Amino acid sequence: MDLLTVVLVILYLMLTGYLGYLGYIQTKNATDYLVAGRSAHPAVMALSYGATFISTSAIVGFGGVAANFGMGLLWLTVLNIGVGIFVAFVFLGNPTRRMGHHVDAHTFPELIAKRYDSRFLQVACALIIFCFMPLYAMAVMVGGAEFIGPIFHISYDSALYIFALIVAAYVIAGGLKGVMMTDALQGGIMLVGMIILLVATYGRLGGVTPAHQALGAMHDQVPPFLKAIGHQGWTAMPKFGFAAPQTPMPGAVEYHLWWILVSTIVMGVGIGVLAQPQLIVRFMTVKSKQALNRAVVAGGVFILFMTGVAFTVGALSNVYFAQQETIRCRIVEEAAWLDPGADGKGKLVVLPATADKETLARAKRFVSFRLPDESDEAPLNYVLWTPQMEIERGAEGALDVVRPHLVAALRSAGPGTTLQGNADAIIPAYVRHAMPRWFGILFLLTLLSAAMSTMSSQFHTMGTALGRDVFAKYSQKRGSQSIWVTQLGVVAGIVVALVMGKYVRGNIIALATSIFFGLCASSFLPMLVFGLFWRRMTKPAAVASLLVGFLTSGFWLLFVNGKTAAGLGLCKAWFGKDHLVPAQWSLTWTVVDPLVVALPLSVLTAVVVALVTKPMDPAYVRYVFGGPRPGEDD
Amino acid sequence: MVLGIEDPGVWLAYVLSLACAALCVGYGIIHWNKGLEQPAKPDDDDDEPTGVDL
Repeated sequence: MDLLTVVLVILYLMLTGYLGYLGYIQTKNATDYLVAGRSAHPAVMALSYGATFISTSAIVGFGGVAANFGMGLLWLTVLNIGVGIFVAFVFLGNPTRRMGHHVDAHTFPELIAKRYDSRFLQVACALIIFCFMPLYAMAVMVGGAEFIGPIFHISYDSALYIFALIVAAYVIAGGLKGVMMTDALQGGIMLVGMIILLVATYGRLGGVTPAHQALGAMHDQVPPFLKAIGHQGWTAMPKFGFAAPQTPMPGAVEYHLWWILVSTIVMGVGIGVLAQPQLIVRFMTVKSKQALNRAVVAGGVFILFMTGVAFTVGALSNVYFAQQETIRCRIVEEAAWLDPGADGKGKLVVLPATADKETLARAKRFVSFRLPDESDEAPLNYVLWTPQMEIERGAEGALDVVRPHLVAALRSAGPGTTLQGNADAIIPAYVRHAMPRWFGILFLLTLLSAAMSTMSSQFHTMGTALGRDVFAKYSQKRGSQSIWVTQLGVVAGIVVALVMGKYVRGNIIALATSIFFGLCASSFLPMLVFGLFWRRMTKPAAVASLLVGFLTSGFWLLFVNGKTAAGLGLCKAWFGKDHLVPAQWSLTWTVVDPLVVALPLSVLTAVVVALVTKPMDPAYVRYVFGGPRPGEDD
Repeated sequence: MVLGIEDPGVWLAYVLSLACAALCVGYGIIHWNKGLEQPAKPDDDDDEPTGVDL
């Protein structure tokens, strides 16, 4: 790492620290700490919302997914802007803000509790947030650490710890004021970084249309493992359908990709954003609807340049890797052998020279090399060998040249990944290899900003869930007295996320984000939306909808969805199989996202229970919708 | 083919992303000065100084 990088990173951290300090000195009471004094500037609010929304998950995780699945991921951008910004700000934002101000709610669980006059709902929402948000926080931290570790030449674990410590410091001290001001700075940096990334990528690939055409022409290079699940090229949607029951392989999985792309990624994240507690609370930080109207402008443009660019560049990275990548290096071994395990699906392990013949026979050939600026002690780099690879040995003292001609997924394969590669490593690799050095520094700051802005809000939300919504509710302590528990809650949430991040790596970022977004949508969305717009909605209906949404999602994740059920392992431990979908059912069920089932069930439950239960006290309902307070506070 | 992309399922997403951003900008500009109101003053103890070192 050179001096310029060090100086810029230190400058960035000092600015962040200064804004955190401003938040600290401007925080005079619990309202400041929890909802930024309800007086945030529209631009700060919009950038904070956007920067919180967009994390390293969106840029590194989902950008890598776009490199594998293609530009169909842009449907998520459509939902990100159309639903995550327009619907959220124009339709949900103002009712949330108005009700939040009127009932004096400071957190999402508190808003729900006051709307339904239910202590149970506040604690239940808070516990769901506190128990499951670390999963999302872990995903964001992994995304940051994957990129930062190699650049700073520090281990992945050290990157995780340093990262968490810095963010924790200004969240604990500055509260939401500190969080939102640093978010705005970070959002600005992200915007500049992503605009340059887009322009440079299209520039390198010959312009918008030629770049897309070049990517479209690569449809015959789709790796077999993606083709098997319905991939039809990076500028085409996957095969759509639902496999007939008992269809034999490979037909049983040929629609998997469509369902993963549309149900889990596009719908799960695209709709799930409406029920994100750390975003909803931002609506309560502004003074008026006017602020929300103004924030829509910045929000829409910001998200377009975040996910739109990440998904487009992610997909287009295939053109670069397959056609343009030239690695100038010192080759260590032209034939290094990596073993994918007996079934060919395991994590690749470098084989020693003494490996037996059987293991060598199934091993894959890689080329190992070191980059010019890497010392002899640095770990080796590996690139998969194929007959298309070009190798030019440099003359005495000169560097060797390797042109891998691999698509992004295969280019990301190496020790520790499977032969399918590691999607989380694609965008960082693209930036390192395809972009100029100075941009690498800017992109480092972009990713630092993306990760820190999301983490700070996650930590703040986890902390307020424990401090404000659980502790203060039961101890009857309010205001200043609950703040130290909020701060302890922040620390507890960070520790859980750190432990998860330490042990869970590889292709996890997008999955963990999708799980959390889906869980929030199924559990919180019906009771939030009905609570804001339907006076007939009742407390039992909200409780029932929360439980049905949460339990259905949980059941589906643990026992039906093939990837999560296998990953979490409970199904295997209890029932001895990877999922509970009966053999006579279609295997496509195993890739249908929980949201597709849980959200409609949760909505239906809310409507039915509301209609069959006694309406809430009309005076109380009038109060939450802006009328006078009927009696004493809760 | 639009912008070099053949599949309507993909170019439509590309175009709609831009259209949604344009919608946000248009909506925001049209409503730029609308919706100003004074918030009600909350009346519980959360606006009191914390008295603790944050």
